[in-house]
Amino acid sequence: MEFFVISLLNGLSYGLLLFMLSSGLTLIFSMMGVLNFAHTSFYMLGAYFAYTISVAIGFWPALLIAPLLVFVLGAAFERYSLRRVHKFGHVPELLVTFGLSYLILELVQLVWGRATVPYVLPQQLQGPLFTLFGTQFPKSRSFIMMLALLMLLAVWLLLTRTRIGLVIQAALTHPETVEALGHNVPRVFMLVFGGGAALAALAGVIGGNTYVTEPAMAGAVGSIVFVVVVVGGMGSLAGAFLASILIGVIQTFAVAIDQSTASLLNALGLNVTPQTFGWELLSLRVADIAPILPYLFLVLILIFRPKGLLGKREG
Amino acid sequence: MSTAATAAPRSLRSYAIWLAFAVVLAVLPLLFQSSLARSMLTQMGYLVIICLSYNILLGQGGMLSFGHAVYTGLGSFVAVHAMNLATKGQLPLPLVTIPLVGGLAGLFFAALFGYVTTKKSGTTFAMITLGIGELVAAMSLMFPGFFGGEGGVTTNRMYGKPILGITFGPQLQVYYLVAAYCFVSTALMFALTKTPLGRMLNAVRDNPERVEFIGYNTQRVRYLGFIIAGFFAGIGGALASVNFEIVNASDALSAVRSGGYLLFTFLGGATFFFGPMIGAVLLVLASVLLSEVTKAWLLYLGLVFLFMVMYAPGGIASLVMMNLRVAKFGKFGRLLRPYAGLLLAGLLVVAGASALIEMIYHIQLNAGAGSQFRFVGVPLDSESPTSWLASTAVLLVGMVALEFARRGFVRVWARAQEEIEAEIRQREPA
Repeated sequence: MEFFVISLLNGLSYGLLLFMLSSGLTLIFSMMGVLNFAHTSFYMLGAYFAYTISVAIGFWPALLIAPLLVFVLGAAFERYSLRRVHKFGHVPELLVTFGLSYLILELVQLVWGRATVPYVLPQQLQGPLFTLFGTQFPKSRSFIMMLALLMLLAVWLLLTRTRIGLVIQAALTHPETVEALGHNVPRVFMLVFGGGAALAALAGVIGGNTYVTEPAMAGAVGSIVFVVVVVGGMGSLAGAFLASILIGVIQTFAVAIDQSTASLLNALGLNVTPQTFGWELLSLRVADIAPILPYLFLVLILIFRPKGLLGKREG
Repeated sequence: MSTAATAAPRSLRSYAIWLAFAVVLAVLPLLFQSSLARSMLTQMGYLVIICLSYNILLGQGGMLSFGHAVYTGLGSFVAVHAMNLATKGQLPLPLVTIPLVGGLAGLFFAALFGYVTTKKSGTTFAMITLGIGELVAAMSLMFPGFFGGEGGVTTNRMYGKPILGITFGPQLQVYYLVAAYCFVSTALMFALTKTPLGRMLNAVRDNPERVEFIGYNTQRVRYLGFIIAGFFAGIGGALASVNFEIVNASDALSAVRSGGYLLFTFLGGATFFFGPMIGAVLLVLASVLLSEVTKAWLLYLGLVFLFMVMYAPGGIASLVMMNLRVAKFGKFGRLLRPYAGLLLAGLLVVAGASALIEMIYHIQLNAGAGSQFRFVGVPLDSESPTSWLASTAVLLVGMVALEFARRGFVRVWARAQEEIEAEIRQREPA
C-alpha cells in the first residue's frame, strides 16, 4: 500500500511535468502544424537560465524571468527563421527546429560547460511536505503538481475565455478568414510559438532542480515527450494530458518493480534456471525494461488505435 | 529532331558518367596513399551507400526518418556475429558475402519495424521513427549477449583461406571491397528511381491523396520503399563493421548517428540523386578533419545546417545544378566577379566569427592551458583585448562587405535567370 501510494504520487508528479512539456508542443503543433524538435531544448534553456538567475537573485524571480526570456527567444526564432522556412513545407520546418536543437545544445555546453550544474532547490521547497506510511513525499514534487495544474487551468482559461484565445482558436481552423477580419495571424503564430517555448521553460525551471540540470537533459526527455504527443493523439491537449499521466505513472511503477518473468514462474512452482531456454529474456526484471515501456506503448497504440488515445483524425 | 536521335547521346552520356564514377572509385586510393586518406576513403564508400539509402526515404519518399541508424547498426551487429561464426567454421561464408548478410538483416528489421512506422507519413512518421530508434537503442543495453554491452562486439575480418592472395588485411583491399559494393549499390538505387515503384514513391511523396484515387495503397508503397532502404542501410552498416572490426551499440544505434545521416543527406541535397553522395563525403571530412581543427565543429555544423535549410533547402546539389544551368547557357562568366566578392566577404565573416567562437571555447574548455593558442596558424589570446577587438572588427567589416556583395550578386543572378527563361521560351513554340 505504502509503495503503491508513493509510486502513484511520484508518477503523477512526473506525468504532470511531462504534460507541461507536451502541452506547449501540442499547442504549437495543432496551430502551426510544426513539430518543434527543439521543444525540450527550450526546457533545458529554462533550467539553465533559472540556475543562473537563482544564483544571482533567487529562485522565485527566476520562476518568472526564465520563461519570459525563453519566450522572447522562441518568438525571435519563429520570426526570423521558422517563418522564412514556412513556405517550403512541413519537413523543412521540422528540419530547422532540428538544427536549432543542435545549436542550443552546443551553446549550452559552451556557456555552462559539459558537467552537471549545481542547480538546487530553494529553501522553501526542500524537505518533505507530508509523511505517508513512514515514507516522505517531497515538497518540490507537490510544487510541480500544483504548478502544472495551475498552468493547465491558465492555458484553458486563456484559450476559451479571452479575446486572444478566441483569435488563436479561430486561426487554428480558418487562418484566411481571421486574417480577412483584420487580425495579424503571423503575429499570433509568433506569440503561440513563444508561449509554447515559455511553457517548456517553466517546466525546466522546476524540473531542473527537482531532477538534474545537465546538457543531456533535453535529449533524455525529448523522445518521451514525442511519444506522449503521438499516444495522446496529435494536436489533442486532453489526449496529451491523459498520455502524460499514463506514461509517467507506468514508468515510475516499472522502475520500482524488482521482479522478472523468471521469478514469477519460480513463484508459480515452475523451475526456471539460467539453463532454461530463453533465460536472457525471462530473467529481465521489470525495472530493466522500464526505459523501453513508453516506446512499446507507442508501438501498441499505433497498431491498435492509430489516431491516438483522444485524437480526432488519422494523421 | 527525332526522339531516337536525342535518346542515343543521352544514354551514351549516362554510360560515360557511370564509367567515370567507376574510374574515380578505382583511382582515388592510388592518388591518396596515406593510411589516414585510405581509411577516410573507405568510410566515404560505405557512407555513400548509407546516405543514398537514407535518401530513398527522405528525398524520394518524403519520409523524414530519425532512426536510420537502427538499420545500419543492426546490419553491423548481424555482420559481426556472422563473421565470428564464420571464423569458428560454423557458417560457410566468405568475407565478400558478409555485406549481403548485413543487408538481409537490415531488410528483415526494416520489414519488421517498417510495418508500424509506415502506417503514418509526414510528421507522425518522423516521431515514430524516433521512438523506434530509442526503443532499439534502449533494448541493446538489455541484451548484452548479442550487443556486447558497453564494450561492443569485436571481430576479425581476416578469416578463411585467401582467394587469389586477397586476405582483406590491408586497408587497400578493404577499400576495393567497399568500392565494389558502393558502385553496385549506387547503380541499383539509381535503377530503383527509374522503376514503377520508384516513380510511385515520388508520387506518394508529392500527392498521396491522388495516388489513392488511382488505386494504389500509399502505405504499401511507403512500406516497400522503407524495406529497400533498410536493405541498403544494412549493407552499409556491415561494410562499416568490416572496416572497423568492432561495433558498439551506444554509438552504432544512437540517435546522434541517425541525426548525422539526416543532417548530411540534407546538406548534400535530398532533391537530387547524387546529393547524398556529396553529403557522405562531407560527413567524413567534417567528422575526421574538421573535428581535428576545432572543438567547436558541431556548432559550425549546426549553423551551416540552419542556414542551408533557410536559404538553400535543396542542399549543395541544388546549388551545383543551378550554376550548371547558368553555365550551360554560357552566362557563368559574368557571375565570376560577384562570386569572388561573395567569397572574399564570406571568408572575412567566417574568419572573424570563428576566431570569436574559438576564443570562447578556449576559455570554457582549456582555461588551464593558458590564454594563448593557435587556431589554423593564427595566434590568438583569449585574455588580450586586441584579439577580441580585431576579431570583432574583421567580423563586422566582413558582414558589411557581404551585404554589398550579396546585393550585387542578386542583381546579376536575377538578370541571368531572366535571360535564360526568355531563351527557353523562345525555343519552345517553334
